[in-house]
Amino acid sequence: MNWIDTIAQGVLLGGLYALFAAGLSLVFGIMRLVNLAHGDLIVMGAYLILLVVSLTGVNPFLAALIAVPLMFALGWGLQRVVLNRVLGSDILPPLLVTFGLSIVVQNVLLQGFSADSQRVGAGALETASVDLGVVTLGVMPLLTFASAIAVIVALNWVFYRTSLGRAFRATSDDPVTASLMGIKPQGIFAMATGIAMIVVTIAALYLGMRANFDPTIGPARLIYAFEAVIIGGLGSLWGTLAGGVIIGVAQTLGAAINPEWQILAGHIAFLVVLLIRPRGLFPRAFD
Amino acid sequence: MTLLQTVGLTARYGDFQALFGVDVSLAAGQTVAIIGANGAGKTTLMRSISGVLRNAPEQVLFEGRPVGALPADEITGLGIAMVPEGRRLFPSLSVEENLLIGAYGRKVQGPWGLDAVYGLFPILKERRSNPGTALSGGQQQMVAIGRALMSNPRVLLCDEISLGLAPVVIRDIYAALPRIKEAGASVVLVEQDIGQAMKVADHVYCMMEGRVTLHGAPGELSREAIHDAYFGAHA
Repeated sequence: MNWIDTIAQGVLLGGLYALFAAGLSLVFGIMRLVNLAHGDLIVMGAYLILLVVSLTGVNPFLAALIAVPLMFALGWGLQRVVLNRVLGSDILPPLLVTFGLSIVVQNVLLQGFSADSQRVGAGALETASVDLGVVTLGVMPLLTFASAIAVIVALNWVFYRTSLGRAFRATSDDPVTASLMGIKPQGIFAMATGIAMIVVTIAALYLGMRANFDPTIGPARLIYAFEAVIIGGLGSLWGTLAGGVIIGVAQTLGAAINPEWQILAGHIAFLVVLLIRPRGLFPRAFD
Repeated sequence: MTLLQTVGLTARYGDFQALFGVDVSLAAGQTVAIIGANGAGKTTLMRSISGVLRNAPEQVLFEGRPVGALPADEITGLGIAMVPEGRRLFPSLSVEENLLIGAYGRKVQGPWGLDAVYGLFPILKERRSNPGTALSGGQQQMVAIGRALMSNPRVLLCDEISLGLAPVVIRDIYAALPRIKEAGASVVLVEQDIGQAMKVADHVYCMMEGRVTLHGAPGELSREAIHDAYFGAHA
């Protein structure tokens, strides 16, 4: 087998996992909320893009652009109406609520779109590739990886260079003192979930174009996202990308040795990292 | 003119009642000090005024307007800023970011901005890019005060700003008080250090077990009366 090719494919696959994980990481970092419906929301985003494509005939990228404000509004409303009510010192209520939400989303999608697997067609882009001499890389995986980096750069910019980002970090540190600064923690949380849903939409775009999806595949995507976040260290977005890359490379290496080992190899890499660095590769200095 | 007033304030934490009808008032331009031992209810009083603890609306009046039930972010918006006990800097934010967040979401109008705060505490300008929590205790207290000033408050609530600091550092911090008052803020100080409180306050309230046991201008209060009000008559 061609090692360089396998590793390059794995790195690019890691970009997809980082996209799955970035929204999860954002929400957890700001409000310590583990959203078990994250994977299902990505699948829902993919259906929304599919719907826009089939209704209007625009290309998937434009359809995603149309879906972004809708998904932002959905995330904002979800946080305002549901999740803010269950956030507190007890971590169990939000887990239960998002677990329930996961089931609801899956069944609504099943009702609305049936169990048939779907795909967002991307035309010639699906098979396009660039020959770099040593390896030949698909344009779609390259775009995915570039999008992951763009998302992380953008999120870091918001976090560290804007007034909103300061409010995110302050609220994450200490919501009571943040409210003494005139910040409404509830509003900040709604904004964070809204932004997470923008990232979800981008993840959904690539999920939908790269592979078949049906209403039930959300939780499996959530596992990869979790593993990427935890390998990277909670709260670090570049760490999340590194985590995604580690899982991606482990999976492609595993698959190159024996196709049955693809999924297992990713999980084993996750466990090995946890054994060596229990807090992940780039943990935050304080919690 | 009375700027801020509590009227029969009865704060509670669940079943535990911490304040039993506290009446305190602050006139514009004044400095009021609240003294008392640990557990007297001083911090609870600050938390009630600042909106961290919610009360009946008419138990806290700001310019005659009932504000007792408003949440903290709206109280801050009215012009009441708090320097919380233990400083409570945001560890994820640099010194400068800690200051900037004090003015969050507002167009800053008034004497206080980054430059004015750096003018008041020049050492903070040198340490502006350090994490807020990497500073010494006294410098952290300066950040906490500067952060509250950034909202250009009309009332500044200071909860135990000398706690755990060396006397020389406390002197430096208190040296900033006249300039804060000149710039137009009225001040409520919570202090355990009676001497310090008597020096700077126009009016002193002594609290014990959730009640005001004595109050008056510093000159009118005898040492014995304060001792009794502070520890209880038979202590």
